[in-house]
Amino acid sequence: MTRHTLEIWVGVFVAAGIAALFVLAMKVSNLSTVTTGDTYKVTARFDNIGGLSIRSPVKASGVLVGRVSNIAYDDKTYSAIVTLSIQQNFNQFPADSRASIYTAGLLGEQYIELLPGAEDDYLKDGDRLLMADSAMILEQMIGRIIADKISE
Amino acid sequence: MQNIVCWIINCFELLGQWATHLFERTGRSALFLSRIFQSIPFAIVRPWLVFQQLYSVGVLTIIIVLVAGAFVGMVLGLQGYNILVRFNSESSLGTMVGLTLVRELGPVVTALLFAGRAGSALTAELGLMKTTDQFSAMEMMAVDPFKRVIAPRFLAGFISMPLLAAIFSAVGIYGGYFVGVALLGVDDGAFWAQMQKSVDFHEDFMNGVWKSITFGFVATWIALFEGYDTVPTSEGVGRATTQSVVHASLAVLALNFILTALTLETN
Repeated sequence: MTRHTLEIWVGVFVAAGIAALFVLAMKVSNLSTVTTGDTYKVTARFDNIGGLSIRSPVKASGVLVGRVSNIAYDDKTYSAIVTLSIQQNFNQFPADSRASIYTAGLLGEQYIELLPGAEDDYLKDGDRLLMADSAMILEQMIGRIIADKISE
Repeated sequence: MQNIVCWIINCFELLGQWATHLFERTGRSALFLSRIFQSIPFAIVRPWLVFQQLYSVGVLTIIIVLVAGAFVGMVLGLQGYNILVRFNSESSLGTMVGLTLVRELGPVVTALLFAGRAGSALTAELGLMKTTDQFSAMEMMAVDPFKRVIAPRFLAGFISMPLLAAIFSAVGIYGGYFVGVALLGVDDGAFWAQMQKSVDFHEDFMNGVWKSITFGFVATWIALFEGYDTVPTSEGVGRATTQSVVHASLAVLALNFILTALTLETN
């Protein structure tokens, strides 16, 4: 085999490998949807976070605006403190916005939905969301419905 | 009584022999690796030597990786669909195929194929060179076999493995896509969307890349060392080739477990 053809084949191999890496990165992993831009952090206090976990989505009107970056338990107030990292380009949420934990689909993953409030001040880094709705626990709801039925 | 004591002493002798042999080889392989590292700059300034090895180590392994990747992906699609459809969640097929290939099967199966296809060839080549005293001949001509023969092969194996693993995973995902979406009727958008949602770039994709780099390093190192350390007989070359594949495969499987355990723990 001449030097020329060998080099062509090696070139094809390397190009194919890099193309495969590129396909995996862009099409298979979330690199194309993830934003590495700046974020600001706000905290919210929930009585029950259900199945929420770190990296769960934070959405506003269903659009992804950030992710849950930390979950801690406060044993003074017996509640969970969730830190939300919201992308810097969505920095115009009113300070009295409400955070609610919803479930995507009936049994899907849980996420935080931000419902904008009416105040003129915007949320900024380190703020705390004063209004937070806990996760709906399916078992509790079913239990409540059954209890209602029985009492009727 | 005398017999039993003799037998026990014999046992200890065998154990000692085995242990010294093991440590000796471990030490020799570490020295071997450090000599390779010292020789790598000389291989980089002669890229033609590396290209030649990239051809025989990388290009000639593509076919087996392509075929194996396609079939593994197709089986994953078929099997995954069969399991997921029982829970009415066949739309998560993309998640299963993507995560399995990118995190585990891609790097591991490619490394096993690589050890079988390229590693054995490297060992046999070096073993035969040693048996026919070619290394001594090179040294007589003041050519360092590490710079001329071993370092280019090491670099080629090190570069090829991640690329081969990426090709394997990409082809496998399209194989799973073909079976799941084209044959079994999983929704096209759901397949890709679910996959993108659950395959994280840093946690999963980079983890797979690091694994394939580690496996490439280890498999090439073992193959080259087994070849260089061959007992210079025709039987020795045969044994070294077998050992190269067995040791490299076991090392890859064990390392994979350790790497997976380490990365899952940090989550």
